[in-house]
Amino acid sequence: MATRRKTAADRPPDRLTAAFRVVGKALRKVDATAKVVGATKFADDVALPRMLYAKLLRSPHPHARILGIDPSRAAALAGVKAVLTGKDLPIPFGILPVSQDEHALAPDKVRFVGDPVAAVAAVSEETASAALDLIHVTYEPLRPVTDATDAVTHPEPRIHDYGDGGNLHKLIDLEFGDVAEGFAAADLVREDLLFFEGSTHLPMEQHAAVADWSPDGKLTLWSSTQTPHYVHRALAKVLELSPAKIRVIATPNGGGFGGKSDPFSHEIVVAKLAMLTGRPVKITLTREEVFYCHRGRHPALMWVKTGVKRDGAITAMHFKSLLDGGGYGSYGVASTYYTGALQTVTYHVPRYKFQGARAFTNKPPCGPKRGHGTPQPRFALEVHLDKIAEQLGMDPAELRLKHLVPPNSLTANWLRIGSMGLGPCIRKVVAGSGWKEKFRKLPHGKGIGLACSSYITGAGLAIYWNPMPHSGVQLKCDRGGGVTVFCGSTEIGQGSDSILAVIVAEVLGVDPFDIAIVTGDTDLTPVDLGSYSSRVTLMTGNAAIQAAERARDIIARHAARKLELPAERLAFAERRVFDVENPARGLSFADAVQLAEAAEGTVGTVGSYTPPASPGRYRGAGVGPSPAYSYSACVAEVDVDPATGIVRVPRIFIAHDVGRSINAATVMGQIEGSVYMGLGEALMEEMAYRGNRNVVHKIPSLLEYKSPTTLEMCDVVTYVVEDPDPNGPFGAKECGQGPLLPVPPAVANAVYDAVGVRIDVVPITPEKVFKALRRKAKGEEPRFGPTAFPDIPWPDPTRVPPPWEGGDGKAVPLTPGASPGLDGARIPGHAPGVRDR
Amino acid sequence: MPPLDAKAKIALELNGEPVEVAFAPHKTLLEVLREDLGLTGTKHGCELGECGTCAVLVDARPVLSCLVLGLACAGRRVKTVEGMAEGGRLHPLQDAFAELGAAQCGYCTPAFLLAAGALLAENRRPTRDQIKQALAGNLCRCTGYIKIYEAVELAAARMRGEKAQPARETLYGYP
Ligand code: FES
Ligand code: FES
Repeated sequence: MATRRKTAADRPPDRLTAAFRVVGKALRKVDATAKVVGATKFADDVALPRMLYAKLLRSPHPHARILGIDPSRAAALAGVKAVLTGKDLPIPFGILPVSQDEHALAPDKVRFVGDPVAAVAAVSEETASAALDLIHVTYEPLRPVTDATDAVTHPEPRIHDYGDGGNLHKLIDLEFGDVAEGFAAADLVREDLLFFEGSTHLPMEQHAAVADWSPDGKLTLWSSTQTPHYVHRALAKVLELSPAKIRVIATPNGGGFGGKSDPFSHEIVVAKLAMLTGRPVKITLTREEVFYCHRGRHPALMWVKTGVKRDGAITAMHFKSLLDGGGYGSYGVASTYYTGALQTVTYHVPRYKFQGARAFTNKPPCGPKRGHGTPQPRFALEVHLDKIAEQLGMDPAELRLKHLVPPNSLTANWLRIGSMGLGPCIRKVVAGSGWKEKFRKLPHGKGIGLACSSYITGAGLAIYWNPMPHSGVQLKCDRGGGVTVFCGSTEIGQGSDSILAVIVAEVLGVDPFDIAIVTGDTDLTPVDLGSYSSRVTLMTGNAAIQAAERARDIIARHAARKLELPAERLAFAERRVFDVENPARGLSFADAVQLAEAAEGTVGTVGSYTPPASPGRYRGAGVGPSPAYSYSACVAEVDVDPATGIVRVPRIFIAHDVGRSINAATVMGQIEGSVYMGLGEALMEEMAYRGNRNVVHKIPSLLEYKSPTTLEMCDVVTYVVEDPDPNGPFGAKECGQGPLLPVPPAVANAVYDAVGVRIDVVPITPEKVFKALRRKAKGEEPRFGPTAFPDIPWPDPTRVPPPWEGGDGKAVPLTPGASPGLDGARIPGHAPGVRDR
Repeated sequence: MPPLDAKAKIALELNGEPVEVAFAPHKTLLEVLREDLGLTGTKHGCELGECGTCAVLVDARPVLSCLVLGLACAGRRVKTVEGMAEGGRLHPLQDAFAELGAAQCGYCTPAFLLAAGALLAENRRPTRDQIKQALAGNLCRCTGYIKIYEAVELAAARMRGEKAQPARETLYGYP
């Protein structure tokens, strides 16, 4: 397999335009039956003989030094088989190479209420819980840092002893062209401040893991994880085991949304406990503990300044974000970059400056939630544009349509855009919603708002820098005509197993249900990096196409000989291999496989996929590039009760450019599910904290964390737009995250249309609307939102000329004579010191 | 008083068949089903009565199995998702959920199926609003509920003997 890897460009163009047999149909998912009969085995459904149960003791303090832990009484309790504290697992870990700042059990310091400090394995959950009460921990409380602004003003005491100074974890300053010049050339310059509250994934399945240790030195972990490959690496590191002695099996996730993408304390703890006791050990987190795992949406304070011409053309944009990161790094460095990466991919921004900061605070760590770092800036940008359109006296849909980024272009920050279907998306929702008849014309209390967005279809770089493929597929044909596909991807409900089946079925001409899918098992399946960043359909899909085409070539060779035809004349469809010019002349697929197997041995192939290199070569260019960008446009209808401030959303119109729909039913489900989650964030979802220091989770329960039920969920009118991207499998782009993004700003813009107040914060709760209405009645600014952005010690900017200013994608020296060597260390996806590709 | 960990034994009708089961008396129906009867199709999202994920039917009515003691089910008729398909054939609700993608991760699905089944047993032709009301106690984080409503409506029509097919917009969106 040392041949040159095929790229999308090598493939015949018919891949994008051909009529398909299976691709694009609305099909049952291959695992649908198991799910409706209750047969799917989730992590907590795994039960092994002699299994022990683990529990974690968690910190009651937001910020404290651990002076001592005495587990002796717990260890002596009948039924307790092992107790662990921080000293038993001293090696740190973390999802990003630059943020190895977590311990399975805090060794010397706790950083949020819920930080694990000790663990017990016992014969029952009850015994393990009772043992936790017997562990004595002595803490010395430290001043907690309550939010990002507090972190800026209180560099001491530091939460971590690394980062960009004080309690600032990460500072970014990127400049693409001279924005001051751009603002000077504008007819209108507007600044806005907005805030996006943190929210959590709230998967219905609580995280669970089961570990088994075999006396031959092999560890097996079943876990509800989206990223078995990264868990595999973390276990090897922390437990000091050879990866060859560890098998991680990602059980189907009962929802993930990004919340099961980090290696977690509980996974390492059960593994260690299984090694110590020689017995299987299970842990199932309580719902309260799921709130402590978090890794959800970063609360983000944002400031945006844009210059526009009279026709709405943007002359320059300057965007600042300040993220409340919580107690650990998690994906936070990448999240911070993402709050500044995709502003440029929807409307043409000729000059762009981004400053981003992430603060450490004493709350559960934030990380990637559906849309990872981009829903917050998208909210800010789309509300900001709505205000600009109003000031210019332009229809906001027209303003956007006039200045779309062209397809097959580069952005100011060197992102390569392929297919770009935002225009058709906007036209669909505008026509479908009756926008022109309704905007600014509805009776008081009723409103309509529009917003757009874009999202990556997989990240261009892996989380740890390496030159290997991001996705691998292995394929085996059975003599009976069945096909087995092995891939490291993880089924989290998004339908990734079915995507593999549909794609292989399309290429080999068999039925998707003839295909057995084996996924998410580090012993059995080639590496796929995991179910995050909307990468799976594109990356596993391209790998599957390559593996299936290789199998097709082998089979065709032997079928052609038998049929005395050139192999190019053969088609694969309806479980047959036949002459395209005389379809009656052919073989069954199974017979063709048998011919190939007789001649060459077992018919097995592999395929893999690596994203194209990004043209951006500056420090920080690792976040934002993607093989393809999806686009969405949204119109929200709202009813606002001016007496109470209660906002109801009866209906949302959403159009999404998915490039190519692989399974139409799955696409619909992903779009509707994204709209649902966006609606929750728009109206009610928030990670709220209380206590005099505001760092204790308000009430970590499903009852108090409000999420939409059937009674709050709106009607959704969905339009699927297909603008195939040459990098996508059959042209496919993502659809599982992007359609969330335009929902919060569309709702906010609709609230303004309804009652004339700007709510520059999500969630848009009745209290905020009510306060803004009161202000309006008093003749004050009719707005609810943040009023200040703190002073942040920004570093010197990395200056990168945009493509149209003659740059080559690299940073230029700040001052004449200074070294241009700004790229290099400390970019997510880069080991320290490893330079950009 | 017997010791706390002495097992209690009850007889009940489970998915149409008589069973006897012994378990620690403090256990909930959820725990008895999953741990003592090996029926892991019933799920949990909170074990506090907040999410509806653990719903099963007791005497044909949906109950939250995390809030019911196993002991309270002596002599009752309990139905779980494992008892919905008959003779190797999916129940029309299961079939419609699979057809429309109303089960994404599938974790909330068993409870939605049972709650919807209880609704259709009482009301053969529920309106969209009645479906929403009947399912308001069940959370789903994946679907936005829309495919669930559509699947219940499709199954209801088929259970009334109609030759119903999903609407084009349901599967492919609006033109
Ligand atoms: S498990 Fe949530 S209601 Fe029973
Ligand atoms: S399908 Fe995942 S929670 Fe409902």
